[in-house]
Amino acid sequence: MQHESPTHGINMSALGRSKQSLSLADEAVAIEVPGLNLYYGEKQALFDVSLNIPKQRVTAFIGPSGCGKSTLLRTFNRMNDLVDGCRVEGEINLYGNNIYRKGEDVAELRRRVGMVFQKPNPFPKTIYENVVYGLRIQGINKKRVLDEAVEWALKGAALWDEVKDRLHESALGLSGGQQQRLVIARTIAVEPEVLLLDEPCSALDPISTLKVEELIYELKSKFTIVIVTHNMQQAARVSDYTAFMYMGKMVEYGDTDTLFTNPAKKQTEDYITGRYG
Amino acid sequence: MKQNSLKGWFKSGAPGVWISGGAVSIAVIMTIGLLSVIAVRGLGHFWPADLVHAQYDVPGNANHVLIGEVVQKEEVPRERLKSAGLPVPDQGPEFMTRELIKVGNRDLNGNDFTWVVGEWLTNQSTPPELMAIERREWGNFYGYLVNVKENGKVIAEGAAAWPELQARVKRINELAAQLSQLEKKDIGAINYGLERIRLHGRKLELDGKLTPQAQADMESERAELNARYKAIEERLGDLHAQFNRDSLTARDANGKELEISIGKVVKAYQPNAMNSWQKLGMYFSNIWEFLTQDPREANTEGGIFPAIFGTVMMTLIMAVIVTPFGVLAAVYLREYAKQNTLTRVIRIAVNNLAGVPAIVYGVFGLGFFVYVLGGSVDRLFFAEALPAPTFGTPGLMWASLTLALLAVPVVIVATEEGLARIPRTVREGSLALGATKSETLWKIVLPMASPAMMTGMILAVARAAGEVAPLMLVGVVKLAPSLPLDGNYPYLHLDQKIMHLGFHIYDVGFQSPNVEAARPLVYATALLLVLVIATLNLSAVWIRNHLREKYKALES
Repeated sequence: MQHESPTHGINMSALGRSKQSLSLADEAVAIEVPGLNLYYGEKQALFDVSLNIPKQRVTAFIGPSGCGKSTLLRTFNRMNDLVDGCRVEGEINLYGNNIYRKGEDVAELRRRVGMVFQKPNPFPKTIYENVVYGLRIQGINKKRVLDEAVEWALKGAALWDEVKDRLHESALGLSGGQQQRLVIARTIAVEPEVLLLDEPCSALDPISTLKVEELIYELKSKFTIVIVTHNMQQAARVSDYTAFMYMGKMVEYGDTDTLFTNPAKKQTEDYITGRYG
Repeated sequence: MKQNSLKGWFKSGAPGVWISGGAVSIAVIMTIGLLSVIAVRGLGHFWPADLVHAQYDVPGNANHVLIGEVVQKEEVPRERLKSAGLPVPDQGPEFMTRELIKVGNRDLNGNDFTWVVGEWLTNQSTPPELMAIERREWGNFYGYLVNVKENGKVIAEGAAAWPELQARVKRINELAAQLSQLEKKDIGAINYGLERIRLHGRKLELDGKLTPQAQADMESERAELNARYKAIEERLGDLHAQFNRDSLTARDANGKELEISIGKVVKAYQPNAMNSWQKLGMYFSNIWEFLTQDPREANTEGGIFPAIFGTVMMTLIMAVIVTPFGVLAAVYLREYAKQNTLTRVIRIAVNNLAGVPAIVYGVFGLGFFVYVLGGSVDRLFFAEALPAPTFGTPGLMWASLTLALLAVPVVIVATEEGLARIPRTVREGSLALGATKSETLWKIVLPMASPAMMTGMILAVARAAGEVAPLMLVGVVKLAPSLPLDGNYPYLHLDQKIMHLGFHIYDVGFQSPNVEAARPLVYATALLLVLVIATLNLSAVWIRNHLREKYKALES
C-alpha cells in the first residue's frame, strides 16, 4: 500500500489511459443546461440540474438506479415527450438554441441528436434498410447516395467487414453486439451532431462491449457523445468528463480522472468506492 | 398407505393431464365425427348405384314391378309397421327390414321415392340393360330403352338403340351449351344494353335535356340492338327446332311405353353394365357437375356453382371492407386516443358487439343499409330507374356490409393486441431517428402488426362466411338468375342478389317439396361450405405465417 486510492479497483493508469489535462472551462459547449427541473406528474425527477456538455468529447453520466441519469439524457432529444405527464421546467440550449422553445421541430431535433438504447432495437428489415431508414425519412431516395451512406456508416460503426456480403439479409439475424453496432451505424448515418448512448452495453457480452467501447473512442472525433452507464469502469475507460448524479441532483461534474481519483464530494467517493449504489 | 398414494397421484398433477387430454380427444373425435358424417352422406350421393328390378308383393294386393336404386335400409319393429296400417302377419320375427327405393319416373308415379318392406320384395335382379336417364325436368327416369326416333321415324331399335342414344345425347349437350351461351350471354347483353338506353333516356328526361338529337341517337342504338336480337332469335328458333328433333321410347317397370324428347335428357347410363372404373369416372364427373353447374328443379338437382360463387364473392368483399376499417379503428384506439374511461367504455362496447346475435345485424342491415342508405343512393344516383330500386333493395353490397359490421369487432380486438405487442424500444428507435409518429406507424408499427391483422381477418372470415340468418334479410335468395360478376359494364354488380351455400342448405333442407331427393344434397352442400371456409381460412393463415416469418418479433 503505497498510497490510498479512493477508486478501489478502478486504477486509472491500468485502464491504459494517458493522463490528460482536461478542463471544462476550456471546452467549446455543445449542450448547455442552465438549471433544469423535470416532473413525472406530481413527482419531481430532476432538481435544478445544471451542466455544460463539451463539444466532441465523451461525457458519462453515472449514478445509482433511479437517480435520473437516463431521464436527463432523454431530455436532450426530448424523448421524454413520449411519457404521459412528463413536464420540463427550464431550458436546454443546443448550440445556443433552446430545444424546449415553442414550435421547435422535434423530428429535426432528433435527427441532430441521435440516440442508442439499452437493448439493441433493429427494425425487422434488411441491414441496408435499417441503416438508410433515417435518410429515407428525410426523403433521400437516390440509390447512389444511400449506398455511400450505408458503407460510410457501417465502416464508422466498425461493422462493414462483418456484414458487407449480406446487406440485404434481415438485421434480426445478427448477434446482439452486431445489432447494437448496427443501431449505432443507423444513428450516425443521419450525421447527427450529438450522440446519446443510454447504457449501450448493458445487454452485451464482454467482447461486444469492448468493441462498442472502442467504437465510442473512435466516434469522439466526429460527434459529441453523452453516455449513461451503470458500469463505473466503463465510464472511466471511455469518457473525458463524468457527471455523478444522485436522487435527481447533479452531485459532481468534472473531468473523469479527477472525479475518479480525487472526488470533491463525499457522496461521490462513497459511490465510486462501492459503499452504496 | 393407499390413501397416501392416491393423494400423491393427485399432487403429481396426473389427473389434470388426463382430464385435459380427455377434453382434447373429445373435441377431436367430435370434429372428425361431424366431418365424416357429412362427408359420407354427402359424397355417397354421387355414386351411380345399381338399379334393381324386383317384384313387390304386398299380401292381399295385386303385385307390381319396381325398378330403382336402394337408397336406405333399416330394421323396424314389426309392431310399428303394423300400426302404420301395413298388412303385416301377426306371427313372425320381431324386426322387419324397410327399404327406401328411388323409383324415379315422377311424371308417371307422382313420387320419386317409395318405402317398401324388404321381406315382400321377390325376384330381385339387376339386368344390365336397365337404364337411368337424368332429365332436365321431372327427375330421373328408370326403365328399358325401346327405340330411338328422329322426327318421329324409328332409327334404331334393340341393341343398336343404346349407342345411337349416346351419340344423340352428346349432340344435345353441345346444342344446350350453345343455347345457354345465346340465352344468357348474348341476349343478356342485349337486354342489358336496352335497359341502359332506357335509363339513359329517362335520366335525360328528368334533367330536362331530352333533345330530339339525343332521342334520335338512342333510337338508332335501340334499332341496332333490336336487329341483333332478331338475328339471335332466328338462331334460337333454329336451335330449339333441332333440339326437339330426336326422341326415344322407353318402357317403365310395368311395361308402359313412354316417349321422351332427347332434348330433355342430360345423360343416360346403364349402371348395372358399368364396371367399377367406369362408375368411379362417373362419380367424379358427377361431383364436378355438382360444383360447376347451375341448380335445376327447385335446387334439388343440378349443381350449386352460383352458391359457391356468391359465398366466396361476398366473403371477399366483406374482408376487403372489414380489414381497413377495423385496422384504422384499432390504430386510433391504441395509438392516438387518450387512454381514459371513454376509451375503456368504447373498448368494452366493441367487445360486446361481437356477442350480439347475428339476426340483429340482419335487421339493422335491412333497416339502415337497405332502406335508409340504399334508398338515398337510389334517389341521388339512380333516380332514372325509380320506382324500381337499384340499391334500395337487398343485394350483394348490403350483405357484405352487414357481415363486415358483424365481424369488425374481431378485427379491432386482434389488431389492438398486435399493436400492443410491438416493443416500445422499436418505436423509440424510429422516433429517435427523426421519424414522426405517423411515419413510425406506417413504416414500422403497422408492418410489424400485419400478422395480427391477418389473424383478425381470418377470424372475421370464419365468423362471417358461415353466417346465414342475417343474410336472408339483406341480399341472399333461393335462386339468383345471374352471377354478380359478368362481362357487362360495370362487371361487378354490387346491387344484385346472390346465392349462398349456408342459405342453400336451409332452403334445400327445409323448403324443398322433395325431401328425400334433397337430403343428400344438404350433406354435400354442408361439406362444401366447410371446405370453402377452410380454404379461405387456410389461405389467410398461409399469408399470415409468411408475414410472421418476415416480421419475426424481437423477443430475444
